Amino acid sequence: MDLFIRNGRVVDPANGLDAAGDVLIQAGRVARVGPRLEVPAGIETIDAEGRVIAPGFIDIHVHLREPGQEYKETIASGTRAAAAGGFTAVACMANTQPVNDTRAVTDYILAEARARGLVRVYPIGAVTRGLAGRELAELGELAEAGCVAYSDDGKPIMNSALLRRALEYAQAFGRPIISHAEDAALSEGGVMHEGFVSTDLGLRGIPAAAEEIMVARDIALADLTGTPVHIAHVSTAAAVRLLRDAKARGVAVTGEVTPHHLLLTDEALRAYDSNAKMAPPLRSKRDVEACREALSDGTLDAIATDHAPHALTDKEVELDHAANGIVGLETAVALCLTHLVRERVLDLSTLVARLTAGPARVLGLPGGSLAPGAPGDVTVVDLAHQHVIEPARFRSKARNTPFGGRACVGAPWLTVVGGRVVMRAGVVAGESGA
Amino acid sequence: MGLTRKDLLDIRSLEAGEIRTILDTAASMKEIASREIKKVPALRGKTVVNMFMEPSTRTRTSFEIAGKWLSADVINVSGSSSSVVKGETLVDTARNIEAMSPNCVVIRHAASGAAHLLARTLRCSVVNAGDGMHEHPTQALLDLLTIREKRGHLEGLSVAIVGDIAHSRVARSNIAGMRKMGMSVTVAGPPTLIPPGVEELGVKVARRLEDALRDVDVIMMLRLQQERMTANYIPSLREYSRLYGLSLEKLRGARDDVMIMHPGPVNRGIEISPEVADGPYSVILEQVANGVAVRMAILYLLLGAKGAEA
Repeated sequence: MDLFIRNGRVVDPANGLDAAGDVLIQAGRVARVGPRLEVPAGIETIDAEGRVIAPGFIDIHVHLREPGQEYKETIASGTRAAAAGGFTAVACMANTQPVNDTRAVTDYILAEARARGLVRVYPIGAVTRGLAGRELAELGELAEAGCVAYSDDGKPIMNSALLRRALEYAQAFGRPIISHAEDAALSEGGVMHEGFVSTDLGLRGIPAAAEEIMVARDIALADLTGTPVHIAHVSTAAAVRLLRDAKARGVAVTGEVTPHHLLLTDEALRAYDSNAKMAPPLRSKRDVEACREALSDGTLDAIATDHAPHALTDKEVELDHAANGIVGLETAVALCLTHLVRERVLDLSTLVARLTAGPARVLGLPGGSLAPGAPGDVTVVDLAHQHVIEPARFRSKARNTPFGGRACVGAPWLTVVGGRVVMRAGVVAGESGA
Repeated sequence: MGLTRKDLLDIRSLEAGEIRTILDTAASMKEIASREIKKVPALRGKTVVNMFMEPSTRTRTSFEIAGKWLSADVINVSGSSSSVVKGETLVDTARNIEAMSPNCVVIRHAASGAAHLLARTLRCSVVNAGDGMHEHPTQALLDLLTIREKRGHLEGLSVAIVGDIAHSRVARSNIAGMRKMGMSVTVAGPPTLIPPGVEELGVKVARRLEDALRDVDVIMMLRLQQERMTANYIPSLREYSRLYGLSLEKLRGARDDVMIMHPGPVNRGIEISPEVADGPYSVILEQVANGVAVRMAILYLLLGAKGAEA
């Protein structure tokens, strides 16, 4: 596929670029980037005047729910949500039903993604069979089938000896392990961050120490084995401090943070809104500030949404019984542009880096760069677009978000995967234009 | 005069003036209990559904009597708090009940926030009869009524609340109500059962029971759930009783005119010794009697008074 996107501000942190220019994609790959490019006649051209042209955004932490929980999301609906939200690639977690712990499941996900997916889908395999935390999944076969990393996300691996063996064994395949860092004994029964707000609301709390303990352990095991460990959804100041220190010592560890852990605190639980219930939980203001700082200074490598679609019946229940998590693919970019870039927490180039080169490096994925020969994946954002988040209009099957009704300035405008336009001005490929 | 609110969900959203209105109304309701024929027509034609999704004898009976003495039709529904077991969600159950046009749903539930969830969903009034560890507002109101009857006023009084503060909706509602009424509150219990940041609710924390008991007007002992022991909050009931149980001996350090309260049901010999529970300082049964009056007042103010004005 060929495509010419001209006349924008090209922001490509991987190549240190932030300048006016054009991007030419030929045969599905980036051909040239620069000002006033000469292009062959007849090529489809999109004018991006006044907009920002970036490498395609990559979300390394989503739950597509297929196979098994298609009432929440499917690979088709989840990748449409990704396209709508400006993401050209997603990495999907293994907690499907059945769990992605065998080649057959990985094959199914990739086949479904080829047939019905709008963006690139990178499966993440389970570390342990059935996510049970007892015996290793066949990590070699999962890698051969196409898994880009391993994770029991949703369930911490409490057995340190087992995780050690997994890390050692995974070395043969050059894949990192993604850790859901939460001490299960400390977090048991908890539904929110432990602190004054949990006391006030009479809800069981999860102390920040539950994350700190496991991040410290994971760093120690990454150091011991030499295998990279990636900490999913970092939420506490203590975890950030440990990561910063470990990176300074050269330990192979990386971290991601979600938009909601950058924007919301435990105060969001005040009305017993189950859309504010997450694992890890929304933390204190101090934790939010530490995560923002860490994202800015590079201690946290990536923004990942932890897109967790749930049906209304999973959420419209007592908080104690409500499912964890929120959807993120269709809100992340607008929220980050509005609350991080406009409010000067991050500059635009850093935000783009944490959505492109950062996540690509963490999982060793192609993309995240506009270097010649890179995948022809591009996201164009409109920094001035004013809109209100309307969950009823999501392409995701799910509506579970605490951000409904929030006014945003800035939104993805164009999503291009391998030179093919999958979203333009809010219209996703296959939909009739408004 | 009524309450200009649809629901009674918690004490913390009430104004001091509203609490006074409820207590005054409850005081006037008490006379009905002494009548030969205990019935007034205030809520005739109104329907109150008691949804008790957690075992309760005292509170359910109290709400039922309160509704019946006011001539409301009272229906009791019991069930499990676990929506997984039922296959029907709390919201579904409530919507089904609402389709039968009740005027009020009284909800007791093991999950904090369950009453808020119902209030958001239902058009009729919702009264919280205890939600998880969050609040038990009618209990706090009956406690305040009992204290006010004995002392003649509330402002300036001091209270010690003793025991499992962390898991107690009674403690949370009482702390909120007592602070609003100008009372000072000290909590005491094993540090494992004192929740984080509790001082921000405006209470003092005492390290030792003896320190909490000295010079207070009221001692409120909380029920200790036996499962706290299995989760290692305390090593044994024996040690809990020895360190935090209210015995005659510990009571020696308290004032001569101290009032002793307990929301019930009492674990005799654990958080309170039988001599103390049945002794002259104890107002435990008066609390129960006042429970009916307070619940009559709540139902009347939410359902009756407004209708009369219209």
